Amino acid sequence: MNILVIDWLIFAEKLVLIAVIIFSSLGVALYTTFAERKVAAILQDRPGPNRAGPFGLLQPLADGVKLFTKEEIIPNAANKFLFILGPGLAMTAALMTCAVVPWGNKLELFGRTIALQIADINIGILYVFAVVSMGVYGIMIGGWASNNKFSLMAALRGASQAISYELAMGMSLISLLFLTGSLSLKTIVEQQINNSHFWNIIYQPVGFIIFFICALAECNRTPFDLPEAENELNFGYHQEYSSMKLGFYLFSEYINMFISSAIMATMFFGGYDMPFVDESKFDPNIAAIIGIVALMVKVVIFIFVFMWIRWTIPRFRYDQLMDLGWKKLLPLALANMLITAFFILLQSNPIKF
Amino acid sequence: MQSLTSRAKAVERSPMTFLEQLYLWNILKGMFITFLHIFKKQPTIRYPEQKREFSRVFRGLHVLNRDSEGRENCTACGLCAVACPAEAITMEAAERLDSEKHLYREEKYAAKYEINMLRCIFCGLCEEACPKDAIYLSETFTPADFARKNFIYNKSDLLIPHRINQAEELSAAKGL
Ligand code: SF4
Ligand code: SF4
Repeated sequence: MNILVIDWLIFAEKLVLIAVIIFSSLGVALYTTFAERKVAAILQDRPGPNRAGPFGLLQPLADGVKLFTKEEIIPNAANKFLFILGPGLAMTAALMTCAVVPWGNKLELFGRTIALQIADINIGILYVFAVVSMGVYGIMIGGWASNNKFSLMAALRGASQAISYELAMGMSLISLLFLTGSLSLKTIVEQQINNSHFWNIIYQPVGFIIFFICALAECNRTPFDLPEAENELNFGYHQEYSSMKLGFYLFSEYINMFISSAIMATMFFGGYDMPFVDESKFDPNIAAIIGIVALMVKVVIFIFVFMWIRWTIPRFRYDQLMDLGWKKLLPLALANMLITAFFILLQSNPIKF
Repeated sequence: MQSLTSRAKAVERSPMTFLEQLYLWNILKGMFITFLHIFKKQPTIRYPEQKREFSRVFRGLHVLNRDSEGRENCTACGLCAVACPAEAITMEAAERLDSEKHLYREEKYAAKYEINMLRCIFCGLCEEACPKDAIYLSETFTPADFARKNFIYNKSDLLIPHRINQAEELSAAKGL
């Protein structure tokens, strides 16, 4: 009597995939912190961390050890449960997004076809949005549970920023979704791989710019890093945090950066599509590996641009930030949406003169 | 009004043009500038491996000098301590015995001579004040220790090694 039939092999396969993806996201985030410091150094004409290991490559490990062994301070009046939940939530929300990103096409191992995506759900983008907005809870809970007015203010700042920019982000995506007609990330990538179709950036440049700016804001990156403006706004929502809990917050920012780069690459730059190469001619395994490498290269380029921006421009004032979000990006995204809709209608019902 | 320098520039207060209002263009310009910095030469001296050339008058840690026969020059006159703006030097004088003529050049010598390196500002005034050429600032620098009390250098830390009795230490101290 089998009520619930589970294909245990699929179960195992997904479990391995989840482990691999989560650990590689963590690893990438670890080295992103290192890359951040290196990029900052190079843009400022200095060598950057170069003491730990060859070229300073062990620096992230040293940082990790430092954070782990630091004294842990929980404020007396803090709500302990929520205080610990905050960073955990931020981290979980950051990691959960990677479930729907297609990291590559298919691997064929042991006579099985393994899709390199944890879950190809047909509402992929909605899922991403839902999880990303959960990250706001990490900020809010952390700031509130610290029982410190400055943390709370910073949490409010962070939360309102994230919510305002999510709106413009969603609007800019709607016009992309008009074109694709699907919410599944896998389908979106497959459409872009199709030879008769270019990458979505060609059709939606304005949408991409809006999305990119909003992604910066969502990841709390400069110029939108007001939630953690340590020098002028008395630090951010993690003011009371120390040791690895602070590490978790900072780390989740880097994971967010990695995942949002992956999502941008997926939606606008063809995902695991290698440009000018027809993957279908290769053996599927080799094609999958080429795909993963192509995606990773795109992600690395995006992460570099994120850092490049961070070390170029100062952060916005808070009213400028809100101004940009509500008065510039949102109308622009709406206009972009209407114009796209107009052209799509024109295409499907050609006007006869 | 006549400007004071030829480089004075009037502040422009015209409203932002459309291109400026978008920010994006200016941000791109800024990013171009930072991008060029990737190819700039780094002025960094990678310290423990590379060292900067010292100037000839570099002022590092002090040494107490000996004369050509290996006798200590210092006569504990206290002029260095008086000259010192940081009041880093203290000493105790003692009278030379006849049996100590080969140790000390003058009839009075410093039985105890201490410099607090945490107070010292390495101004070199002690060196200028000394009438006996007894104190010099060397090229040794970056003293490091775990305890503050170890930064009070006494005579055994300061005295230059004896030319004959401690020839090896002297050449080691000279970095030969
Ligand atoms: S160098 Fe200047 S501060 Fe240092 S002991 Fe000599 S006189 Fe005093
Ligand atoms: S070091 Fe020179 S100035 Fe100082 S006590 Fe000795 S002889 Fe006098």
